[in-house]
Amino acid sequence: MTWRDTLALAMQSLGAHLLRTALILLAMSIGVIAVVLLTTLGETGRRYITDEFQSLGTNLLIMLPGRNETTGGAPPMLGATPRDLTLGDMLALERSPYLDKVTPVLVGGAPVSTSDGLERETTILGTTAAMQRVRNLTLAQGTFLPVLDPYRAAPVAVIGETIRAELFPRRGAVGEWLQVGDRRFRILGVLADEGVSVGVNFNDVVLVPVASAQQLFNREGLFRVMAEMPAAVDPQRAIADARRIIMLRHEGEDDVTLITQDSLVSTFDRILGAVTYGIAGIGAISLLVAGILIMNVMLVSVAQRTAEVGLLKALGGSAGIIRRLFLTEALLLSGLGAALGLAIGVLLAMTLGYLWPRVPFTMPAWALVAAPTVALVTGLLFGVMPARRAARLDPVVALAKR
Amino acid sequence: MTTASGATVPGSVIELSGIDRDFQLGEQVVHALAGVDLRIASGEYVSVMGPSGSGKSTLLNVVALMDRPSRGRYVLRDTDVTALDDDELARARREHIGFVFQSFHLVARMTAFQNVELPLTLAGIAPAERRARVTRALEELGIADRARHRPDQLSGGQRQRVAIARAGIMRPEILLADEPTGNLDSASGAQVIDIMERLNREQGVTLIVVTHDAAVGERARRRIRMHDGRIVADISS
Ligand SMILES: Nc1ncnc2c1ncn2[C@@H]1O[C@H](COP(=O)(O)OP(=O)(O)O)[C@@H](O)[C@H]1O
Ligand SMILES: [Mg+2]
Repeated sequence: MTWRDTLALAMQSLGAHLLRTALILLAMSIGVIAVVLLTTLGETGRRYITDEFQSLGTNLLIMLPGRNETTGGAPPMLGATPRDLTLGDMLALERSPYLDKVTPVLVGGAPVSTSDGLERETTILGTTAAMQRVRNLTLAQGTFLPVLDPYRAAPVAVIGETIRAELFPRRGAVGEWLQVGDRRFRILGVLADEGVSVGVNFNDVVLVPVASAQQLFNREGLFRVMAEMPAAVDPQRAIADARRIIMLRHEGEDDVTLITQDSLVSTFDRILGAVTYGIAGIGAISLLVAGILIMNVMLVSVAQRTAEVGLLKALGGSAGIIRRLFLTEALLLSGLGAALGLAIGVLLAMTLGYLWPRVPFTMPAWALVAAPTVALVTGLLFGVMPARRAARLDPVVALAKR
Repeated sequence: MTTASGATVPGSVIELSGIDRDFQLGEQVVHALAGVDLRIASGEYVSVMGPSGSGKSTLLNVVALMDRPSRGRYVLRDTDVTALDDDELARARREHIGFVFQSFHLVARMTAFQNVELPLTLAGIAPAERRARVTRALEELGIADRARHRPDQLSGGQRQRVAIARAGIMRPEILLADEPTGNLDSASGAQVIDIMERLNREQGVTLIVVTHDAAVGERARRRIRMHDGRIVADISS
């Protein structure tokens, strides 16, 4: 029998049991949809988070006060609070040959208002001119914070796009006064729309000179020190040198945590990659379940069609022909189910992308290949047993079955 | 006649010698065929009669290559078919044998046309030739207007005519019918017998009909009687 006729006969038999066929197609396609959607979500999460860290800029070194216990080392003494990171520490780091731009970060919350009486609560970031380079900030209007002695307060500020839109909805912001807490600042510039980047929403922030922020919040210690390593420098050497400089200044105590963007990205990449494979595995289990369903339905079908199989054999159908017929049915079920599932899965993923355009939904190519492949292989594997059972039937005995 | 050595006589299409067929029924062994010797020449018209359980169907199934004898030798057109494997048997069945069943055995989801077409499809014959041959066969049996009907839309006589068309579509040299009129009223039964006799008369098909009906059995030129798995009478006229 030609493969075309085999296919036609198999399709006719599937068409004669529409409800049964539809149910199996549904089960198979749900399995494939599960794999496509789960891996899309996993991959999107991984991309999203690694992209976030990537946007920090490569060669970024972040210093936090206090020792991170998870990175090893002696736990801090009971009750001992870590020594503050100071502007002096920052200036010392600036002299390291392994670090380029160094900038402090001091964070606090404060109400900001305009002469129009518009007011809102927002995040105040105390920093220096170097921040623009370190975080690759671009300006929509005006200029960034000027290069100043970091110990000198100055009544100047740069605001994010959201702050501008809410506090200066109808007039230019640059050159205007902004009341922050009990002080007034002249607005020098407005940041271009940056989006959210690793926890800091640069749209909803007011940048002021670090000394001004220290006075505003009456606090000496810095939240972070960020530094850019020259491209040619080995990050490990930069970390070692930064640590050496801080230990010298902190009476031999190694009481800071150092993070590079590279180490963060690779850690998250690893974890989230594993999560994606894990949930793909869960999806694959649903494909397996669909495969077992196909096997059972095919076994029932062989039992119900025993007389028909006997007839085909009596009419000269060989065991091979019978086997191929039933295998083709199983493959059609799994193949059509996989195609249906792939189409619906991709459509759903695209709908997600349409509903949340800012999330970069990505379907992993390997999953788009693996899901239908697993579906076909399970269909084939679980189709073999019923097909062999049908092929082995004795024509006389089979024909006697009613 | 067949000699003890099993040498074939020219002109014979079926040669059974010393055929036994045993069935194991629990502890008991049933000898459905016991030492059957039978030689049928090409173009013969043979009826097989006998009481229920005498082995008529078993004999026909063995001749149709659907059942293997427990012992004995079966030569079909110069080939010792007892030595063939399952695939070769399927092929021989396809090419040499047409079979008509008492209960028709049409595939319910297929039209009359598709049912008749089935052996051609199994044999891998091209669609264009299949169409031509099936159309001609349906016309010859007077059921061309029923081509697109499914079995449940046909009368018993029409169904059996579809089954005969299917049995003859591969132009086999042997046509076997196991109680072909058993499920039919006498009028359509007579029509069915008439069609098969025409195939025998006009195309030289070797025809073997198993029947309960003495009137049907008497029509054959050669009449075989069976009892307890043996041939007890073999009369030619
Ligand atoms: N598959 C089988 N298993 C067991 N016994 C069988 C089987 N087929 C036939 N027989 C037995 O063989 C004998 C002959 O049966 P069969 O050839 O069908 O007789 P007939 O067609 O003349 O009525 C009967 O006794 C029947 O019970
Ligand atoms: Mg019988």
